[in-house]
Amino acid sequence: MSPMILNTIEVILNGLMAGVMYALVALGFVLIFKASGIFNYAQGVMALFAALTLVGFQTGQVPFSHLINVVFGTNYHHWSSGINSFLAILLTMLVMVGLAWLVERVVLRHLVNQEQIILFMATIGLAFFMEGLGDLMWGANIKVLDVGLPSGGSFWWEDVTREWASEGSEYYGMYIDVLDVWAAGIAIVLVIALTIFSQYTKTGRALRAVADDHQAALTVGISLRTIWVVVWSIAGFVALVAGIMWGSKSGIQFSLSLIALKALPVLILGGFTSIPGAIIGGLIIGVGEKLFEFGIGPLIGGATENWFAYVLALIFLMFRPQGLFGDKIIERV
Amino acid sequence: MNTAQNTGDALLSLKNISLSFGGVKALTDISFDILKGEIRAIIGPNGAGKSSMLNVINGFYHPQQGEVWFNGSLRGPLKPHEIARQGIARTFQNIALFKGMSTLDNLMTGRITKMNTNIFWQAIWKGKAEKEELEHREKVEHIIDFLEIQAIRKTPVGRLPYGLQKRVELGRALAAESKLLLLDEPMAGMNVEEKEDMCRFVLDVHEEFGTTIALIEHDMGVVMDIADRVVVLDYGKKIGDGYPDDVRADQNVIDAYLGVSHD
Repeated sequence: MSPMILNTIEVILNGLMAGVMYALVALGFVLIFKASGIFNYAQGVMALFAALTLVGFQTGQVPFSHLINVVFGTNYHHWSSGINSFLAILLTMLVMVGLAWLVERVVLRHLVNQEQIILFMATIGLAFFMEGLGDLMWGANIKVLDVGLPSGGSFWWEDVTREWASEGSEYYGMYIDVLDVWAAGIAIVLVIALTIFSQYTKTGRALRAVADDHQAALTVGISLRTIWVVVWSIAGFVALVAGIMWGSKSGIQFSLSLIALKALPVLILGGFTSIPGAIIGGLIIGVGEKLFEFGIGPLIGGATENWFAYVLALIFLMFRPQGLFGDKIIERV
Repeated sequence: MNTAQNTGDALLSLKNISLSFGGVKALTDISFDILKGEIRAIIGPNGAGKSSMLNVINGFYHPQQGEVWFNGSLRGPLKPHEIARQGIARTFQNIALFKGMSTLDNLMTGRITKMNTNIFWQAIWKGKAEKEELEHREKVEHIIDFLEIQAIRKTPVGRLPYGLQKRVELGRALAAESKLLLLDEPMAGMNVEEKEDMCRFVLDVHEEFGTTIALIEHDMGVVMDIADRVVVLDYGKKIGDGYPDDVRADQNVIDAYLGVSHD
C-alpha cells in the first residue's frame, strides 16, 4: 500500500478514537434529556468536576484548603500522601451521586412543569456554579490525572503497519495512542452495560417508562424524583468516565468543560434521544473533522477542527433536524 | 349482577369532596363509597366531572374540601405514585402507555410496586434481583394469557391498533394486583365486537381476581349490564346513586341525559 493510503487509514483510526471521546460526553446529555426533557448544559462541567474530585482524592488534597487557610490562618494542603486509584474512583462516584441528589433537591424539584427553556437556563447556572465549586474545592491549577491506564504510542502497531507500506517507500508506521484504544474499549463496555441495565432491570424499565410518559409512570407507582436522582447519578457516572479519559489524555484543566460544546453537534447529528445516535454521531464528527483537516485543511490554512463539527451540524439541521436516530417530529396543525 | 362478592365493607369512601380550579367548580360536595368486590360505575354527561373524580381518587388532583377514606383509614395528601403503592391502579381515557416499550415491558413496569430489590443488586443482576425478575415474569405471563395478547408480547405498543392498546393498558393495571382498579372509559372508541371483548375481560377480571372496580362509561347498555351500583354526576354534583335499574328510572338522571334546561 502506498503511504498516502496508510496515512488516510491512520487519520480515520484517530478520528474514530476522538469520536469515542465526544460520544462519551454526548451519552450523558442523551440520558438526562430522555428521562426529563432537560438539555443539561452542565454535563461537560460535571466531567470536569468529577475529574478534579478524583485527582483530589487520589493525591489526598484537603477540599476547600485555600478557603480554610485564608479564613483560619492555617496551612493545610494534604491530609494524606494519596490513596489508591480504585478507592478514589469509588469515592468520586459517591460524590457524584450526592451531587445528583442535591441537584434534584435544590433545582429540579422547584422547576417541575416549567418550560424547557427555564430548565435549560437552570442547567447553565448549574454549570457556572459547579465550575466555581470545583475551583474552590480543589484549586485552579492544571492537574495530571493518572489512574494507571497505559498511554503513549503503540510500538507494536507501528511495527506491524510499517510492513504494509510498499517496498522502498519512506514510511515509519502508524501512530496510535494506547490510551485512546482503552478509552474506546471502556466506552463500548459502558454502552453495553447501560443497555442491559435499561432493558432487563426494574429501575431500567422505570427509567424508560419515565422517558416515555410521566403521567403513566406516576400511576404505576414510579416516583419521578427518585428516577431523576438515578438518572443524574448515571449521568454523573458517565461524566466521571469521560472525565477520566479526557483528563488522562490532556490533563485536567478548566477548558475541559468546553468539550461539552463539541457534544452539541454530535447530538444534532445523532438525535437528542438516541443512545446509539450519540455513539455514531460522535464517530462521524471525530472521523469527519480529522479527515477534513487532513485532506482540505492544508489548502485553507488549517485549524479546521475548531469549526468543522459545527458546520456539519448546521448542514444537518437543514435536512434532518431530528438527527439520524432521533424520534421523528410530527406535529398536527 | 355480581353482588355475591360484596362483603358490605367500603374499600373507598369519599366524603363531601369539593374540587375547583381557580373559580371553576369541578366537583361540589360529592360523597359516595365503593364496596369491596363490587363493580361501581360512574356515569354522567360530558363535563360532569367523572374524570376529575377519578383523578381525585388516584391523587392527580387534591380536593380543597372533603375526605378520602381508603381501606379503612383516612388518606392524607399523597402523591400519585404513593397512592399507586397503596393499591390503586388505573387506566386512562386517552391511553397512557409507554409507547416505545414492548407489551411485556409495559406489564412488567406495571408490577413495579411489587418489586423491591435495590438498585445495587439490579446493577449486577445477581441473587435476589434475578430471582425476582423471573418470579414477576411468570405473573405477567399469566396476565398475558388471560387477556389473550400472547401474539403481541414483544411488539412496541405504539404500533398496536387502538383496541389492543386499550387491552394492554388494562393488562398493565392488572399487573399491579391492586385492591382497586379505576377504568376511565375502557370501551370508548371501540366497535361493537371490541366492546364485547372488553366487557368480558372486565367481568372475568372481577370474577377471577376478585378486584374491586370503578369504571367510567358512556355506553348505558354496558353500564347496566356489568355494574353492581351506579353513581351519576352532572355539572360536578351527584344527582343519582344506586342500583342500575333504580338509577335508570330516576327522573333527575333522565333529565340530565336528555338535556332539560337548567333554570
